Amino acid sequence: MLFLGGRREAVSDIQIRSSKRPEIEGGESMNFELTPEQELIKKAAREFTDELVAPRVEQMEATHESPKDLYKAMGEAGFLGVMVPEEYGGSNLGSLAAMLIIEEISRVSSALGTGLQVHILGYVPLVQMGSEELKRKYLPGMVTGDYIATCAVTEASGGSDPTSMSTVAVKQGDEWVINGRKCFITMNDTANACCVVAKTKDEPKKEFTGFFVDKTMDGYRTGRMEHKIGFHGLDNGDLAFVNCRVPESNIIGAQGKGIAVAFGGIGRWGRLGMSSAALGVIKGSLDAAVKFANERILYGKPIAELQAIQFKIAEIFYLLQTSRLVAYKAAWLVDQNTPDAELGPHVACSKLFATQSAIRAANLAVEIMGGYGVVAEYSAERFMRDANMIWAAAGTADIMNIIMARGALAGKE
Amino acid sequence: MRPLRIAVCVKPVPDPKQSNTLKIDPATKTLVRTGIPLVINPLDKNALEAAIKLKAGGGTVSVFSMAPPTAESTLTETLAMGADEAFLLSDRAFAGGDTLATARVLVAGIQKQDPYDLILCGAESFDGGTAQVGPQIAVLLGLPWVTRVFQLSRSNDEQLAAAIEDEHVIRELLVEMPLVITVEASLNQPRRISLMGVVAARKKTITVYNAADLGVDPAEVGLGGSPTQTWDYFSPSSDKKVEMWQGSSQELARELIQKLGL
Repeated sequence: MLFLGGRREAVSDIQIRSSKRPEIEGGESMNFELTPEQELIKKAAREFTDELVAPRVEQMEATHESPKDLYKAMGEAGFLGVMVPEEYGGSNLGSLAAMLIIEEISRVSSALGTGLQVHILGYVPLVQMGSEELKRKYLPGMVTGDYIATCAVTEASGGSDPTSMSTVAVKQGDEWVINGRKCFITMNDTANACCVVAKTKDEPKKEFTGFFVDKTMDGYRTGRMEHKIGFHGLDNGDLAFVNCRVPESNIIGAQGKGIAVAFGGIGRWGRLGMSSAALGVIKGSLDAAVKFANERILYGKPIAELQAIQFKIAEIFYLLQTSRLVAYKAAWLVDQNTPDAELGPHVACSKLFATQSAIRAANLAVEIMGGYGVVAEYSAERFMRDANMIWAAAGTADIMNIIMARGALAGKE
Repeated sequence: MRPLRIAVCVKPVPDPKQSNTLKIDPATKTLVRTGIPLVINPLDKNALEAAIKLKAGGGTVSVFSMAPPTAESTLTETLAMGADEAFLLSDRAFAGGDTLATARVLVAGIQKQDPYDLILCGAESFDGGTAQVGPQIAVLLGLPWVTRVFQLSRSNDEQLAAAIEDEHVIRELLVEMPLVITVEASLNQPRRISLMGVVAARKKTITVYNAADLGVDPAEVGLGGSPTQTWDYFSPSSDKKVEMWQGSSQELARELIQKLGL
């Protein structure tokens, strides 16, 4: 809209205009830049992280306790509801926005960044397949942090083979009674609600159903806690369901849609979320390595001037650039509602590449820092431990390879 | 109480967190800004936070900035924080302006809107540090002004309560609107951007005015309209030396006496 005496534009139009580039002969050029709004989202997350998260990392490492107040703070900042539709109080900014936020937080604390991504994973099935009643009951609380969600699929029988699960749900009247034990559940203690998949039929064919369960329901129990090498401050362990009574209305989607519920969430968001945390670890490793290399003096000069150190820093740099390209593209594809057959290999590629790169980047940072790389006062050793926590979640490297191979063999690129 | 119309003047400055990478161009005597990200001047953020708090429950906060076109992203951030509208005063003719030339442009932008009850500025900018623009705006508009306020609140429909600190005393003032106030960092803690603010900013507007839109006299703006010119701009060299002495108290005392030439 033209304003008399001046050019007035709505911010949304400015953002579209600013993100366009002049056409080159033969067609539009590809734009690799974040939009002004995405830059603002990144900035919001960066300021939050530097002011509120960074001062708490040492405590999280020492006590392993979950910083529950920071989840509330993430609610006030709008991060918890980044993928909740606006009619339920969220901002519905999509996967790429969520990825940018988690990357910034994970640059300092991949434990908290992963906590945020798992919370999103816990409610995404509701957004995708939940009834209006379930959405209205839970999503507003997911935005504020009154509900913190997780996703309970993995069992001792193996996360890579979810159909071998033994958690069962039996219908009694208008309720379902769930019995079983889920393991390696992130935020098993911090979360007070979860998306749980249980077997609802064995014969003639196995059938699985997704339920949304909250802690007020009888029989929902937090089980043993795992003692992990990394992600300190992010609890992980068992969730037990002991004659847990869940209303019929808490079924997600429909009876028998459990695998779709689980993998709709994990396949679209869970793997992207782990990629996001991995990007943060790579960036944090680069920052730590560059700072150390500029300050550490050997042979009368900063070690940043030594070629051997420069080559290691170059490798971390290229791991960051390539991981971002793959991950941002995968998130963009999700936001374009790309069909699963097209999407799956890209998300798997993003998850595999970014998480493996995080391990390599963190190891390089430790090498650059020498003895200081393995002492707790410096962040490199924490990145190394946390990187090794990221790679297995939401599907192992082998599963990602299978998905990519199937896609490639079917002609996808 | 009646809603207030508040204007806030905002300047994009090089990110203070990267101040150790700032360099001075010896030829032009200006800061080399290429490659350094620009942020909202920190004290202007305090001013904006004060405005948003004062307008709570009604009123309007308008942000004004004399800056290049790239400042649109900075102004979007002010909208995401809670400002209602933003005005970017941008023209090549404004380049090189000193504080008075800048104040003239800001006043021209402010005067194009309905009158404001209050104009807030940061006490000084991170890069220039002159602390002149706020008072200059007040003089050009014929308004009273108070500088370096560290407490500010609404007293009644027409008055604000403010506090300033001189070297030895704190002065509490009751000031009548309209006026210009510049603020210190200790006034408040500026809010962080929330995602809700980012979404709300989509519907807000940034109006861009050039020199012709503002009707400013070319002789009064930019380098040509600046009564002050930068003579030199340099980082003073530091040649401090530190000597570490060791010894008994008597030895150290003897050495100190000798060093002092006593």
